[in-house]
Amino acid sequence: MNSCGERLKNGIIDENPIFVLLLGMCPTLAVTTSAMNGIGMGLSTTAVLVMSNMLISMLRKIIPDSVRMPAFIVVVASFVTIVDFLMEGFTPSLYDSLGIYIPLIVVNCIILGRAESYASKNPVLPSIFDGLGMGLGFTVALIAIGLVREIIGAGQAFGYQILPLADEAAGTGGYVPVTVFILAPGAFLVLAVLAAIQNKVKINMEKKGKDASKIQSGCGSDCATCGGCGASAGKGKE
Amino acid sequence: MGDLILIAVGSALVSNVVLSQFLGICSFLGVSKKTETAVGMGGAVIFVITLASLVASLLYKFILQPLGFDYLNTIVFILVIAALVQIVEMFLKKFVPSLYNALGVYLPLITTNCAVLGVALNNVQDEYNILESVVNGFATGVGYLIAIVLLAGIREKMEYNDIPESFKGIPIVLLTSTLMAIAFFGFSGLI
Repeated sequence: MNSCGERLKNGIIDENPIFVLLLGMCPTLAVTTSAMNGIGMGLSTTAVLVMSNMLISMLRKIIPDSVRMPAFIVVVASFVTIVDFLMEGFTPSLYDSLGIYIPLIVVNCIILGRAESYASKNPVLPSIFDGLGMGLGFTVALIAIGLVREIIGAGQAFGYQILPLADEAAGTGGYVPVTVFILAPGAFLVLAVLAAIQNKVKINMEKKGKDASKIQSGCGSDCATCGGCGASAGKGKE
Repeated sequence: MGDLILIAVGSALVSNVVLSQFLGICSFLGVSKKTETAVGMGGAVIFVITLASLVASLLYKFILQPLGFDYLNTIVFILVIAALVQIVEMFLKKFVPSLYNALGVYLPLITTNCAVLGVALNNVQDEYNILESVVNGFATGVGYLIAIVLLAGIREKMEYNDIPESFKGIPIVLLTSTLMAIAFFGFSGLI
């Protein structure tokens, strides 16, 4: 049985949901216009992940195998609704900037994926830490992408101006923000470069003869998982 | 009528579901290797999104809203979509086998496609009536079809290109999407 600390490290580094498994692409691309949004999205996903992992692990002997997918979806959707209301009440500005992507946490592959592959087979405590690790890994990745986009696109980090902007009227030189980075194409561009760097690291590791099989990339497996979720969700309904 | 056309053009081109709202990225990257499969997937998405928008907005207008159950939106919609996809699959298998053969494999993939849930939630947020919801759903599906078919066409051409080794696979596809997203900015002057 994995220790709790190992589950944390596994989620944040070894199997980082974004950089390694390429899961949960929609929110990754959509909300990372700034580091703050990344934190908000990451932490709300973490909260849902921890609570749903906990509940599903508690119920794992009660839920019949044939209806497990619909049951998981209901559990996840309930927690997402709770988080949605909490955010509307306590962090209204963040709620406005994340908008429709909060309810869409329901269809984030990471959450159903962890429920299916870990929480439904393991005791409560490791499941909680598995959720926490995966959620934090997701958060770290979102902050990293958000920071890159915010610094290049607006010269800011966490909302603070770190690069002084050029002011033509005053005639002072300075940083000219590349606005496209905080618009839609910038998301694709930053992720493309990050994925290329990951590929490069993998190729180098293979050249040195190290075992790179742990680093699996590819939407192929990801989509198969998604499809699997969908397919078995469907089967549960029959 | 003018409103409906505005909604349709807006959802299909100006705020394209994939390239500016980032919904359904997973299948957009995964099922765009060949133009034929891309067309199949696009067709299935149009079909399911239109139907899901209709059913979701009917449920919202006649059951959830009058009874004050708005807060159950997310739970109800995701379950309805999952059930709907399943019913559509069984219905097509039994009664329209030719269409089932064309779309069948893509249907299960659609349940977890966030575009479907996204459109249903958008319809409620923007307070569209039932007709507007259906038009919005259909146009969003068309936008998805345009984006995925264009990408598939480009990917087929790229097969024979000399791509730097570390950019092979997903990175070059993401770069292509970057350029497509920039191109789609051109439509923002339409409305």
